[in-house]
Amino acid sequence: MNSFSVALAVLLIGFVYFILGTRSATAARQSGSRLHSLPHHYGLYAGMMASLPALFALVVLAIGDDIVFNTLALDFVPDAVKAADNYKEVIVLAQIANVVAGINFGEQPQWVNDAAAAWLGWADTSRLIKTMVAIGLAAGGGFLATRQLAPDFRSRNAVERIIMFILGASSVIAILTTIGIVFSVVFESMRFFALVPVSEFLFGLTWNPQFEGAERAGSGQMGLATYGSVPLFAGTFLISIVALSVAVPVGLFSAIYLSEYASPRVRAVVKPLMELLAGVPTVVYGFFAALTVAPFLRSAGMNLGLDVASESALAAGLVMGIMIIPFVSSLSDDVINAVPQALRDAAYGLGSTQSETIRMVVLPAALPGIVAAILLAVSRAVGETMIVVMAAGLAANLSLNPLDAVTTVTAQIVTILVGDQEFESAKTLSAFALALTLIVITLGLNFIALQVVKKYREAYD
Amino acid sequence: MNEVATPAGLESGALPMDTVGNVYVESPRITARNVDVYYGDKKAIDGVTLDIAEKQVISFIGPSGCGKSTFLRALNRMNDTIDICRMEGEIKLDGEDIYAPHIDVVPLRARVGMVFQKPNPFPKSIYDNVAYGPRIHGLATNRAELDDIVTQSLERAGLWDEVKDRLTQPGTGLSGGQQQRLCIARTIAVSPEVILMDEPCSALDPIATAKIEELIHELSNQFTIVIVTHSMQQAARVSNRTAYFHLGKLVEVGETGEIFSNPSHEMTRNYITGRFG
Amino acid sequence: MTDRQDMTTPGAKSDGMMSPDVAARRVAASIAGRRQRERRFKSYGLIAIGIALAFLVILFASIFSKGIPGFFQHYVTLEVTLDRAKLDPAGDLSLQSLYDGDARGAIRAALYEATGASGRSGRKAAGKIISQGAEQRLRKAVIDDPSILGTTQSMVFAVDDDVDSFLRGFISRDTPEADRRINDKMIGYIDQLVADNRIEYAFSDYLIFGSASRNAEMAGIFGAFVGSMLTLSVCLVLAFPLGVATAVYLEEFAPKNRLTEIIEININNLAAVPSVVFGILGLAIFIGIFGMPRSIPLIGGVVLALMTLPTIIISSRAAIRAVPPSIRDAALGVGASRMQTMLHHVVPLAMPGMLTGTIIGMAQALGETAPLLMIGMVAFIVDVPGSVTDPGTVLPVQIFMWADFAERMFVQKTSAAIIVLLAFLISMNAAAIFIRKKLERRW
Repeated sequence: MNSFSVALAVLLIGFVYFILGTRSATAARQSGSRLHSLPHHYGLYAGMMASLPALFALVVLAIGDDIVFNTLALDFVPDAVKAADNYKEVIVLAQIANVVAGINFGEQPQWVNDAAAAWLGWADTSRLIKTMVAIGLAAGGGFLATRQLAPDFRSRNAVERIIMFILGASSVIAILTTIGIVFSVVFESMRFFALVPVSEFLFGLTWNPQFEGAERAGSGQMGLATYGSVPLFAGTFLISIVALSVAVPVGLFSAIYLSEYASPRVRAVVKPLMELLAGVPTVVYGFFAALTVAPFLRSAGMNLGLDVASESALAAGLVMGIMIIPFVSSLSDDVINAVPQALRDAAYGLGSTQSETIRMVVLPAALPGIVAAILLAVSRAVGETMIVVMAAGLAANLSLNPLDAVTTVTAQIVTILVGDQEFESAKTLSAFALALTLIVITLGLNFIALQVVKKYREAYD
Repeated sequence: MNEVATPAGLESGALPMDTVGNVYVESPRITARNVDVYYGDKKAIDGVTLDIAEKQVISFIGPSGCGKSTFLRALNRMNDTIDICRMEGEIKLDGEDIYAPHIDVVPLRARVGMVFQKPNPFPKSIYDNVAYGPRIHGLATNRAELDDIVTQSLERAGLWDEVKDRLTQPGTGLSGGQQQRLCIARTIAVSPEVILMDEPCSALDPIATAKIEELIHELSNQFTIVIVTHSMQQAARVSNRTAYFHLGKLVEVGETGEIFSNPSHEMTRNYITGRFG
Repeated sequence: MTDRQDMTTPGAKSDGMMSPDVAARRVAASIAGRRQRERRFKSYGLIAIGIALAFLVILFASIFSKGIPGFFQHYVTLEVTLDRAKLDPAGDLSLQSLYDGDARGAIRAALYEATGASGRSGRKAAGKIISQGAEQRLRKAVIDDPSILGTTQSMVFAVDDDVDSFLRGFISRDTPEADRRINDKMIGYIDQLVADNRIEYAFSDYLIFGSASRNAEMAGIFGAFVGSMLTLSVCLVLAFPLGVATAVYLEEFAPKNRLTEIIEININNLAAVPSVVFGILGLAIFIGIFGMPRSIPLIGGVVLALMTLPTIIISSRAAIRAVPPSIRDAALGVGASRMQTMLHHVVPLAMPGMLTGTIIGMAQALGETAPLLMIGMVAFIVDVPGSVTDPGTVLPVQIFMWADFAERMFVQKTSAAIIVLLAFLISMNAAAIFIRKKLERRW
């Protein structure tokens, strides 16, 4: 039986116990006993105790068995093969997996066939174990649960405790995700920094991972590859600046007009239209940038006598700015609306015009929120991937000229990890180091934004 | 007998149309003629005719929701900030209709200032709070003049001694009573002719209230003051004339002493003696 | 304003303060400039809105102008003689037999006849007119209806993408032959076909039902579309229950302790993490450690679910908070337990808001590309995925890959694919707004 069938069987067993439990409770009630809870609570208790532990065990086994098999299969690899220069675990495992799946690409070494045969044996055993464990837990759990059932058993409370446990467990997923991210990124980054010094990574001025060549990681010879990330951060910085110089003025002034000047009807029409800009997927923006904006800027530049690269930072930054406009506008709008009407009344009462009130009273009062909104927009720009992959270049060019082609941290991450990955080489690991810095920067910006809002909230609370 | 009979005239629609008392004065600052104010379809002020005398304090009293604040706000066109609010009738300041199409509200509000119920200092320094009005209107030609205006405004508001050493600190850091005096200073700084006060002491403790009432007394030598108040005692203490509003209509107006000791209209009498609030 | 007589001379300050007249005059003097500044300021706002809307219009106009033609392509009608022996040599209509058969020859024969092509170079030119997918089409027709074997049928095939571009006018006759992808002979044959009314411009069934292909005329989004649906289903099945459960727990049951604080901070942080990082998480943990296969909708769905969870949690919590305490009090008042209050009363009332947030989260997930690139969905997958564990791709990734191809027809098909994607996103968002308007109660 495969895992799905076992799961179904477990659910069936659970359902059976549910019926049994409910029936016995109903019978007890009819014969005069006073039940603490409703009959279906008794059934639910029995059914849950039957199915939940079994399902959990099934999931653990299903995920875990492949890990175990991989480790065991590697024992079959002869030492001679392991010592070879081009030995890669991934390839070996893939060879074995192919044979296991019945895909034959010609003659395989005997050890591959042996390993595959053994694997199939383990898989059978594992299936048997899974089935027995799951069914056993289900039947046993249900049986033990029904033994607990009595008219005064507080089954509703028990059921609610189980539900509460499930709810709490699901909220822990958030932590698990974070741990997973931290673990995967930090762990691999540490391996990277074992090969490439942190100082070179942070302060080096050339980024050339493609010269990694056939150098084996760990041998100490890096070939001609260099991992200075400064050009990448410069590129990210440049494109973000271009994006913000579009998004902040347009977004902020739109928000001001919509919240202070516009009639409710205009607002009702314009606001959703601007939100539309936020709903467009980034890959569409990237396409637009690469196929429409970049060529346009290039030819416009040529007409003006400027040399605009075909993958200019200006094109990518401009389109990214368009994407961020609703972000800035919406957040600023919220902040401006939150300024108490009493302050505006005071200003109007003194004879201010509307623009004076906005410029000298409302905006200064809303400033912390607006600064936070801008920081969040920066964070969004820094983390943006598709627009830069499609429209900005891949040349790690250290330049602050928006007409040049530059690359960004995110573009490099994508370039490196899409393609052949060897988790042993510095090239692949560098992507993790980049991801680590990306996370630090975006979370840092978010944190600062929160602090700014918190610190100045006392202004009129 | 313990029955509380409905006071005569309180049934809806049964109010007499004519206001009792002297609505007119000689050389009024502000004149209102047949003013109606609507919030959407709801009529908040109904046919009010009243003169505001110069350099005097007149108080508007009446039960909650009777429209006194609405009428007050009509005097400096603060109701313009509310979209659904509409005015009919005529209000003149020094003989000029303030609702005429060509009138710019900005100079109007510089001449007719307002102090609000809950103190609302700007989240700026004390100095900048008071300097705000003069700055936007360009009243001072240099820094020295601006300093003068600020200093004198704070002095007249009775706040100078308490804040002279901390002008750069935020205005929101002051106590409630001090904040309200700051708001008064801010209003005075643009040299208005009329000051409208909408229940200025309702958010303050008795000591702060007493200080403000004293201030009103002093200010009345220089400014015309219209004060809306919920407290009859306060009206009795500070004002020269008193106008009693009920359900949007001006019921009676007259010298404060007369109104409180010997009101002419029965409704006024009922309100003052506390038959309803 | 009438000048009033003051005790002091005009300009002097009475009692130390500026006289109202002086003030009034200075105010009046300032008005003109201030009104001008007001007008300018207001216009900045209008200009900003105008710019934003202009961008929107340009973006959509660009996509639609390129994309609408992408829904159509050119087809050629030929009379094909379906010789049984040639097409099905083994005589059993098995796939092997059909592949061994000479479908291409049959089509070529029909083509040569229709164009009058002769000679080696002539026939070579004629052969390039038709799509390489034509033979698949023929085989499929035979399988669908074996009775056509032995007859001559009129069949419709797609033209090659270069020919299609030529017919649309993107390749000009005036360009020197050496620079063109279409030589003069081909143009001659094409003109012949056009003159014989054999060429038609019709709705492209390849776009909708075809799968990924390096040949522009055969390329379609069906495989990617199915992949997207499978991936989104996995995402929804995982993210919605987990998100709602977490929201309920955090709003109602979580004790106010350190652990709860950490969970809440975590969720807010995860909402700020760039989407690419979730892809890296999937790559390192699910593929690297758990050893699961790449590029399958299951992994894609898990990654997207993790990415969407914070959004769903935050909006569900807001929906729960919007339910007034009076409802809870009423339920507790008749003796319901906290869990029953939540499950029977609060959650159903908060459900419209939760659904709205979920749909919006799903719409965001539908458009995501970067995290799926990380888990390997860039491989060139031709088959339509049959289950969540078959290799597949998603529509945004398909768009991304096609964007690299320079052929004109690919540009149009990519834009058409974008239109399809946008259509789905707009309908999802419209559904969310509809739910919000119809079902949400204003307390």
